[in-house]
Amino acid sequence: MKRLYRVELAIKLADRVYEYWIRAPQVAQHARAGQFLILRLHERGERIPLTISAVRGDAVRVIFMAVGKTTQELATLRAGDSIMDVAGPLGRPSEIARYGTCCVVGGGVGIAGTPLIAEELKRAGNHVIGIIGARSADLLVLEDEMRGICDELYVTTDDGSRGAHGFAADVLKRLLGERVIDCVWIIGPAIMMKITSGVTAPYGVKTYVSLNPIMVDGTGMCGSCRVTVGGETKFACVDGPEFDAHQVDFVELMQRQRIYTGQEKISLERYAEHQCRCGEGGGSHG
Amino acid sequence: MADRPASVRINDFEEVDTGLTPDEAIAEAERCLQCKKPLCVKGCPVCIDIPAFVHAVAEGDFRGAARTLKEQNMLPAICGRVCPQETQCEGACVLGIKETPVRIGALERFVADWERQEGAELPEVARPTGKRVAVVGSGPAGLTAAAGVARAGHAVTIFESLHEAGGVLTYGIPSFRLPEDVVRAEIDQVLALGVRLKKNHLAGRSVSIDELLGYDAVFLATGAGLPVFMGIPGENRNGVYSANEFLTRVNLMHADAFPGFDTPVLHGARVAVIGGGNVAMDSARVARRMGAKVFLVYRRREEDMPARKVEVSHAREEGIEFVTCTNPIRILGEECVIGLECVEMSLCDLDESGRPSPEPIPGSEFIIDVDMVIQAIGTGPNPLLVSLIPGLERGRRGNVVVDDNGRTSIPHVYAGGDIATGAATVIEAMGSAKRAAAAMNAMLKGE
Ligand SMILES: Cc1cc2nc3c(=O)[nH]c(=O)nc-3n(C[C@H](O)[C@H](O)[C@H](O)COP(=O)(O)OP(=O)(O)OC[C@H]3O[C@@H](n4cnc5c(N)ncnc54)[C@H](O)[C@@H]3O)c2cc1C
Ligand SMILES: Cc1cc2nc3c(=O)[nH]c(=O)nc-3n(C[C@H](O)[C@H](O)[C@H](O)COP(=O)(O)OP(=O)(O)OC[C@H]3O[C@@H](n4cnc5c(N)ncnc54)[C@H](O)[C@@H]3O)c2cc1C
Ligand code: FES
Repeated sequence: MKRLYRVELAIKLADRVYEYWIRAPQVAQHARAGQFLILRLHERGERIPLTISAVRGDAVRVIFMAVGKTTQELATLRAGDSIMDVAGPLGRPSEIARYGTCCVVGGGVGIAGTPLIAEELKRAGNHVIGIIGARSADLLVLEDEMRGICDELYVTTDDGSRGAHGFAADVLKRLLGERVIDCVWIIGPAIMMKITSGVTAPYGVKTYVSLNPIMVDGTGMCGSCRVTVGGETKFACVDGPEFDAHQVDFVELMQRQRIYTGQEKISLERYAEHQCRCGEGGGSHG
Repeated sequence: MADRPASVRINDFEEVDTGLTPDEAIAEAERCLQCKKPLCVKGCPVCIDIPAFVHAVAEGDFRGAARTLKEQNMLPAICGRVCPQETQCEGACVLGIKETPVRIGALERFVADWERQEGAELPEVARPTGKRVAVVGSGPAGLTAAAGVARAGHAVTIFESLHEAGGVLTYGIPSFRLPEDVVRAEIDQVLALGVRLKKNHLAGRSVSIDELLGYDAVFLATGAGLPVFMGIPGENRNGVYSANEFLTRVNLMHADAFPGFDTPVLHGARVAVIGGGNVAMDSARVARRMGAKVFLVYRRREEDMPARKVEVSHAREEGIEFVTCTNPIRILGEECVIGLECVEMSLCDLDESGRPSPEPIPGSEFIIDVDMVIQAIGTGPNPLLVSLIPGLERGRRGNVVVDDNGRTSIPHVYAGGDIATGAATVIEAMGSAKRAAAAMNAMLKGE
């Protein structure tokens, strides 16, 4: 079977964090801030969602962390290799409007989703503040790019190895105390989004989070991605992925993310064993 | 033709029914009375010339039989397997009054399988007209419309959001009723007419509405794939699936073969399937094949189940336990499912549908000990694309409103299949698509 979607550029950004540019014209030509794609590496592959992080011509950028079987296997692809299926753009685009002052917060690999949102907010005439945070300096991605887009950029690391020592939530809290912020986006791991959006709640600031439940089709057909928002069941792939943070049941989201923990471990171990035998794991990215 | 024994078939996903041999087919075809006014044809939503094809089989002219079938139906191997013939052609067969009707479905399947093995003949395609037609969705409706329009010489592009074509035929109906290679082969025949298939294209997202409406004609066949949940407490616990998700993981993603395939699915030891239709039977039988003890929970009686009788009896043979006159009210557990709380239903008065309307019996609550729940209580029209098209009239349930020829409220936009009718059948989807294709061809010629 022919493989259609070529990897144009594969860069290792940090330990287990990769930046890939993939040629997928139908995705690139229609992608908007806040949307994602779903890819399937090969005949036996799983469909996994990744945020669209940037667009150039017919190619889209994804930034991902190699956490399990599929993302680790993806990380072995080099420029020139192909991916069997890429579908998208999926999900509703971010609610971009002229709000006034907006804050775009990215945590860890969630920073991947921030540049497009910041860019579109800027274009809509907002004053855009970026806050990006990671565990340590080497895991901090897209700092220069975000500095170029945002009017102000704050950087934090959990260990203090770069920027302010602490969490993005700390900076956000300080800013909220100092001035009026009209709208906030938070993208990152579920627990980070839960804690960080807790900071904006007392101020009544409209806050969006980008939810990342387990998905299959990404088109609203299966309900795997269902989340509870304001007491109602929503499908994150078509009703989201961005939702009003203060209405989201994060505990349920985190519980549903764990459904396949046992099987994911088996899959990964089996893959690691296979990689060892074939001696092709790792390798250098350039 | 024979069903493989239940004790054998529950261990695999191979076809239950092994089909007719050539001798059996000829003998069965010879039973046909060749009525002057054949009622069977009236019972067929795509108007196959049934007496003619059955006659060809009786003569041993399988090629001729295939030609007759293909004239009206591009997907005979599929229809021969999944159509509810008992309420259509076979239900109308006069032989059925005194004895059993001619087994038209089995004969259709036999001829189509024979042709697939011997090599398919393609119908003629008219010279290119230069007109472009977009078809959205590659289920039975989309494939049928695409074939109908392509044969008239128009350039057809099908947009399909998934990575495989076929719609429910591919992601929904399990391989023990409809093998993957049968579906693939019939799709390939449609594509061989010059139809372009663009997979991974979600119309409305990967294809803008303006691009789509820029085609000379558009056929919407996006299906009724939106799963409905009951809305009972505990529904989002780990281990609760919609039938669509469970079947998609297994049929489309091959999660039953995990870790050989990368997509996981939970293997419940004791599984409750809620519902009484074909989708519920399929879910129950798939779970059974994955090793589960399965309870089929239905709020009315077994005789009220909307599923085909043959599916119900196959499920029973395979050891599915039927828990009827029972309605689930709560899914128990913390993170994972540990039980399904139900209430018994009394069936007294007949409702408008002529079926008894079930009423809960107070105090009759009981718990079924299960670790997984599959909800198969229905699906609604896919709202995504149709809600994005300005001016497209929709009905109360979100279905696209069409006339008898599939015309929508927008002049060059047509629709058919489940998106127009709500969840129905393969052959009804094909019938509506055929009429729409004829109307599109007429419109494109007139311009
Ligand atoms: C809308 C959306 C956007 C995302 N964007 C990014 C991104 O830009 N960068 C990034 O690194 N990650 C992103 N993710 C998460 C990413 O999809 C998962 O990390 C990936 O699927 C893991 O697959 P795996 O086989 O490598 O790991 P596994 O070992 O299979 O899983 C690791 C964890 O990832 C999650 N996961 C597993 N399978 C799926 C699935 N099919 N769908 C969603 N989550 C799954 C589970 O919570 C699981 O515990 C996004 C998820 C969603 C829903
Ligand atoms: C489990 C199950 C068992 C069944 N068993 C039987 C049976 O035995 N006999 C029978 O006659 N019927 C059966 N049915 C019903 C039958 O399958 C459907 O009525 C029939 O498939 C409807 O065909 P369709 O072409 O309208 O839609 P579908 O088959 O649903 O196809 C729609 C297609 O459109 C695609 N799509 C949706 N939106 C978009 C978009 N925006 N862009 C691009 N693509 C899109 C979908 O991915 C899908 O592939 C069953 C259904 C199920 C779920
Ligand atoms: S991923 Fe299937 S409905 Fe959202």
